[in-house]
Formats: sequence, C-alpha cells, structure tokens
Amino acid sequence: MILTQNIFEYWTQNTEGWLYVLVLALIAALYLTFFAVAGLLLVLMERRVAGFFQLRLGPNRVGPGGSLQTIADALKLVSKEIFMPKFADKLLYKAGYYFVIIASLLGLSVIPFSAHFQAFDINVGIFFITAVSSVGVLGILIGAWGSRNKYSLIGAMRSGLQMISYELSAGFAVITIVLLAGTLQMSEIVEAQRDTWFIIKGHIPALIAFMIFMISGTAESNRVPFDLVEAEAELGAGFHTEYSGMGFAYFFLAEFENMFIIAALAVTLFFGGWLAPFGITDALPGQVFWGLFWFFLKVLIVIFVFMWFRWTFPRLRIDQLLVLEWKYLLPIGLVNIVLAALIVWQGWLFEPLKWLGL
Amino acid sequence: MSEQVITHSDIKFQEYFLNMGPQHPATHGVLRLILTLDGEEVVGIEPDLGYIHRGIEKMCEYDTYRQIIHLTDRFDYLSSHMNNEAVCLAVEKALEVEVTDRIKVIRTMMDELTRIASHLLWWGVMGMDVGALTTFMYAFRDREMINEIMEKTTGARLTMSYNIPGGVMFDLHKDFQKDVKNLIAHMRKVLPEYDRLLTGNVIFQRRMKGIGTLSKEDAVNYGATGPVARASGISCDTRKHEPYSAYNRVKFNEVIETAGDNLARYQVRMQEMYESLDILEQLVDNIPEGDYQVAMRNLIKLPKGEFYQSVETARGEFGVFIVSDGKKNPYRVHFRSPGFNNLNALLKAGLGGKIADLVATMSTFDFVIPDIDR
Amino acid sequence: MSYFKKIFKAIHTLFQGMSVTGNYFFPNALTRKHVITCQYPEEPPVIFERFKGEVVMWHNENNEHRCTGCQACEIACPNGSIEIIWKWEINPETGRKKKAIDQHIYHLSMCTMCSLCIQACPTNAIMWSTNFHHATYDRGLLTKVLNKPGSKLMEGVEE
Repeated sequence: MILTQNIFEYWTQNTEGWLYVLVLALIAALYLTFFAVAGLLLVLMERRVAGFFQLRLGPNRVGPGGSLQTIADALKLVSKEIFMPKFADKLLYKAGYYFVIIASLLGLSVIPFSAHFQAFDINVGIFFITAVSSVGVLGILIGAWGSRNKYSLIGAMRSGLQMISYELSAGFAVITIVLLAGTLQMSEIVEAQRDTWFIIKGHIPALIAFMIFMISGTAESNRVPFDLVEAEAELGAGFHTEYSGMGFAYFFLAEFENMFIIAALAVTLFFGGWLAPFGITDALPGQVFWGLFWFFLKVLIVIFVFMWFRWTFPRLRIDQLLVLEWKYLLPIGLVNIVLAALIVWQGWLFEPLKWLGL
Repeated sequence: MSEQVITHSDIKFQEYFLNMGPQHPATHGVLRLILTLDGEEVVGIEPDLGYIHRGIEKMCEYDTYRQIIHLTDRFDYLSSHMNNEAVCLAVEKALEVEVTDRIKVIRTMMDELTRIASHLLWWGVMGMDVGALTTFMYAFRDREMINEIMEKTTGARLTMSYNIPGGVMFDLHKDFQKDVKNLIAHMRKVLPEYDRLLTGNVIFQRRMKGIGTLSKEDAVNYGATGPVARASGISCDTRKHEPYSAYNRVKFNEVIETAGDNLARYQVRMQEMYESLDILEQLVDNIPEGDYQVAMRNLIKLPKGEFYQSVETARGEFGVFIVSDGKKNPYRVHFRSPGFNNLNALLKAGLGGKIADLVATMSTFDFVIPDIDR
Repeated sequence: MSYFKKIFKAIHTLFQGMSVTGNYFFPNALTRKHVITCQYPEEPPVIFERFKGEVVMWHNENNEHRCTGCQACEIACPNGSIEIIWKWEINPETGRKKKAIDQHIYHLSMCTMCSLCIQACPTNAIMWSTNFHHATYDRGLLTKVLNKPGSKLMEGVEE
C-alpha cells in the first residue's frame, strides 16, 4: 500500500461531489471504530493492570483470559435504561457527552500513527490538538449543569478550574518541543527526531518538559492523582452522577480516549512517534506496520505509567492542585522555555549519534 | 457603554445544603451528614442517625446474660471480640467469678488480634478515601491472616461470639501459636512497606497535616476516646488506666500524639499496631495451662445492683452498664459506644475544611456506623 | 533553595510509593506470584474444621440421632431460630409415655451462629457443619428440619 501524504489526501485526490463526502464519512467511520475499539481495549488493560497492582487477577472469566469482558460490559451498558433526572435541562444534559466525545475524536484525527497514517496532516497539528482538547471540559460543564445535581456541579466546577490551569503548563511543555523541532506539523515533528529523539536531543529542558507534560497530562485526562472531577469518595461519581447506560459509557470512553491522546502526544513529542529506536526496523519491509507497532508499543508504555500513577497515589485536594500548577509547574515551565530557547539558539543539543559520525 | 465595576458586595453568595449519605461512599455505612457548604467549604455539619437503629439495648432486656453477647457483636463489628468481653467481664464482676489465667491471656491475645485487624481495615479504607485505591487490597491481604487465625479458633471471621461468661467458648486451635508468630513476623515486614506506600507520600502528607484539628479541650468536652482522643494528647487508654484481663502483666506504651490533626490520628493507629504486636509477642509463648471455661450455672442470674465495665476497643472506650433486679434478664442495659461520642467530636473537627478534608477527617475518625446507631 | 529541595523530596516520595506497587505488579504480571484471591469454583476455599456453617444433627448409619427433645437448645437460642415439635411416644414394653422429638426445626435465615445451642445441648445431638453453600432462590428452603424422616433416638443416650 502506497500512501501519499496522509489518509485524507490519498482517498480524496480523485474524488468530487458526493463521492468526496462519502470518503470523508468513511474516514470518520474508520476513526470512530478505532475510537470504540481502543476505548474497550484500554478499559480492559486498565482493569487487568489494576488487578495485578492490587494482588488480584482482574477480569478473567469472559472470553479467553477475560478478553471479552469489556465487550460484555458495553453490551450491558447499551441495554440499560437511559435515565434522566426529572428536573434536568434536557438539551444540555444530552449535549454533554457529545461534546466530550467529539473533542477527543477531533484530537485523534491529527495524530500520526505511522508514516502517512494520519487522517489530516495540517500544518498547525499540535496547536489544533491543544485547542480541541479544551473543548472537552465544556461537555463536562454543561452535562453536569444540565443534570441539576449538586455533586455533579461541584465536580464540574473542579473540572473547569483544573482544565484552565493545566492547559497552560501542558502548552508550555509543548512549546519547548516546538522550539526544538521548529514546526507545528505533527508529521514533521516526528521526522525531526529521525536521528535522535527529542527527550535525548533536548536533554535537560526536554526532560523537565516531559515531566511537566506527564503531570499536566494526567490532570487533563482527569486521572488519579487529579481525578477530583469524579473523586468517588467525595462526590459519588462527580460530573456523571446522573448519567446511566450509554451516556455514562460515552464519558467513560472519552476519559480513556483522552488518556490515549495524551500518551500519543507524549510519544510523538518526546519519543520519536512511530520511529523505531535507532532505526532498527528501517530496512525491513512493511514500513506502515512497523510504524504502527513502534507507535502503539510506546503509547502503551506511557499509558502503563499513567495507570501506575493511578493505582499508587492518593488524590490531591482542589487548592493543592492549584498550588501545584501556579506555584510549581507554571514558573518551572516558563523558565524551561527560556532554557530551551537558549539551547536551540546556541546549538547545545545532545546528539551522540551525530558526534560518532553515524 | 458605561464601565461597571463589580465589587464583592454586588455578588450574592449563597450557602447551600448537601446531603452526604445515607448512601455515600465516604460515610462507610448509612450515616447521613447534612452539610452546609459555602462553595466547597464546609460551614455546618449536622448528623442524622437512625438508618440502622435496631434497638439492641431494648432487645437485651428480654434476653438472658448469655444471649446478650451475640448482640454486642453487631455494634462495632470490627472489634466484636472486645465488645463481647465487656459484657462477660461485667457479668463475671457482678458474680465475683475469677477466671483462670489461661482465659485472661486468650482474651487479651484475641483482643489484640482484633485490634490489628480493625486498624488494618481502617488503613485500607482510609487509603481509598483519599484516593489511593491499592491500599485496600494490601491491608486485606494481611487482615486475611488474622481472620484465618480467628476462623481456626472461633469458627467465625467477624462476629465471633467467642467469649461467654466465665471463659471462652472453645479452646485455642493447635496452630494458634504458630500462626500468631507467623503473623507477627509478617506484620513487622509489611508495616514499613505501608509507610513507604502511603505515609511518606507527599500528597498524603499534604492531605493529612494540619487538617481536621481537634484540640485537647474539645476532645475532652465531646467525650472522645480511643485513638481520636490520644491523638489530641489525652491519655485515655482503658488498658492502662483500668487494666482488665491480662493487660496488667504485659508491657506496652500508650501511644499519644499532641497535634490532634489527621496525621496524628493516623500515626496513633499505625503505632498502636506495633504496640499490639509487642503485646502478642510477649504473650504468645507464655499461654498458661488451665481451663478455658470456669464452671458457671447455665442460667445466670445477677445479684441486684448496677454494674459497669469498660474495655478499650479499636475505636475507644466501650462500656457496658447493667442494672439488674435479680432476675435472669437485665432490668436495663446501656452501652457506651465510642463511635457516638467521636461523631460529636467530628462536628467540631470537620468544620472549616473543604469537602475533601471532611472525607479525610471522617476516615481518620474511623467510624463504624452500627456502633454509633445501635 | 528550599523550593527545589521540596520538589526533589516530593518526587522522591512519589517514586518510593511507585516502587512498592511496582514490586507487586511485575511479579504478578509475569508469574502471578503475589495474587491472593481465590478463584472460587475451580479452587476450593480453605475451610477450617471449626467453621460455623450451619447447625446439623448427627445421625449414625441406623438413622438414629442423639436428640432427646429436651428443648435446651430452643431455650438457649437468642432469637428463636430453633423450634422443637415434640410428641408423646409410647414405649410398647412398659406402656409408659415418653417425650420425643417429632421435628427439630432450624431457621437458618435467622441464625446468628452464636453457638449457644450447641453449648447448651446436654447430649451433643447437634453440631456445626462447615457447609457454606446456603444460597437459594426461595427463603422457605432455609427453614430446615434437622432430624431425618423416620429417625429415632439412639439407645443409651438418656442415661
């Protein structure tokens, strides 16, 4: 299979009129399928990993090794009654989960899974992701407001605070890498790491940016230790207290999808995206496959680290969350950008392979 | 376009009510707290009890003294052995029966095992309350060892009904000493691991330090006992002040902290586990020979009068007050349960923090709701 | 400087916590070394001999039990889980009437496993069984008759 620049351009190069729309719909369907499958697999992975952390096995009954457990759960959720509180604002209540899902689906569209395996390769890709990922919080806010529950409302307000704060430091971490790469286009950011990954090339500022990105990434995907939005010991279920059936499932899926996007972004920015380490599989046939393999391997490792956080740490309090952002991450991130700029300007990059003449 | 300046007085603030419970993950049962909130800040707490009221005190008036005991399991089910013991000691005191040394030592050891089990469950659940979900399974792994010791000897894991007036129901299982020694070794290994996992964690420290402070005066005024009071600097261990069973022959420290905050209560319970292990270690090789039951009449009739006995459960001082009119049933029984008074102290300690602080404070108070509402 | 010290200390404690959970995760993921849960239907649970499952009445191979119908257990039971329906049995040799049990009814649904009936029994007729499979779809099935149909008192128990 020869792909040109990306999926969108390859499929739409000779199409016009309604065929063009059909192709767009096909791409959307492909990504929706990926969304659902990845969500289900991630839920399964989370549960198995949680099991091993907690001295249990996790789901192991449905299907071989419990592999069909999440499909069974999804079927159960589909068949459940869709409940709506009597005094809920119907429009907002129902709009909530669509916002969340669409935001994460949009974010998915510009991530390069492999060489040319990317729905849209727009020249402001990383900027686009940063922009659309903050739409998700709108869904949480209006869904919680619409369900007229005080627990939901508290959760949503926390979510708003958290999102506004942590977008900043995540953005600064991204800017550090953009400085090193010199481009906002996702595929070119990957391409720029062909000789050395940015986490190595950018040494100190890249490491600091990576840590900040991981922390604010956990916060943006609402996971422990920043899961104040749900905080089951405090708020019951937080913003999705009043959702049942698929309404709940959409929120749940979107949470895992957001985690996937954050992990994919971390891999793309810091660990060379779909590039093989030291180019060990570059000579082999099936470049698209190898790209996918390396990309998903790296993403799963980063997701595992997120899960490790989740099953180890206690939860922060809302004011401590803000203190962490505004007193620690943000100033460090700002200084880090200056440091990165200095390094790029002076050319103090760490490139051992180039020095060795490889 | 006129420029409008919004000042603080223009914005309307409204306090609102939030029902925490009776079904809420942090209340560990059916406690209902009616909170008054200002934003996220708790400005008023009002507990509403009665969701698990079973009228045990009234039921006791229709039961014989032997039959009361199984009801006391159902107060604080995590320290059921101590609750049983309180009634048995009160009856023995009234009848002036002296039990053998073996019975005393067995009771003391079972008390301490129950205390460790209770504190372990508390530790696991407290981790869950502050968001660290893994602590629960680690604590339950170790609690399982104690439950197995209990099950081997008493036949039950939680509501044991092992004590009877004048002794214990069965003799110790032949594996008892070996199992307890295993447990001591295992616990000494895992307790430092608990510290590394949770106690030292910077997030946990921030969540605990200086939160939910209960001053010494308040603790006295509200009648708090147990680890809650000891964390505020009050020496109130019944095991030290009025030793019962074999507590006068073992050496142990009463753990007292002075800060009175969540971290102090946490530390008191963690240290108490070490002390309990010390007590077990002193007794495990010195279980005297003798009878495990003292002969008593099948139908116990207490002399006319009033009898009180208190024991130290995992949550504080548990007291039994029996008024007898000489019949086979008590005229009136009153139980002083530690949870009820500690709940009063929570109303003081929980104010002023955020909701998350209240949840953390509640978990360090370690409530068992059937104990509060009997 | 204490600002940075605080940060490094905080990161250190976080990694310490992660090392504890990691030490359990990797052995578990590879060899299931620390897994403590019991896979119930395949793996039978450990039941100790004193486990209080339910009260049963001991019968020997001739369908004889040791219960004289003295009702001590019924009196000892705190919440009326035991009911004894007794009858007059006429001894064919002497023609004298004697008390004997007709049905020893045991309400498992009400039993709190306090062991008082077993302590009270003067002839050791009833005992604990370690059976724990009590779940049924019908509450009525939890009311059990402990003496088997057609069973009678063992010889020599009453002495």
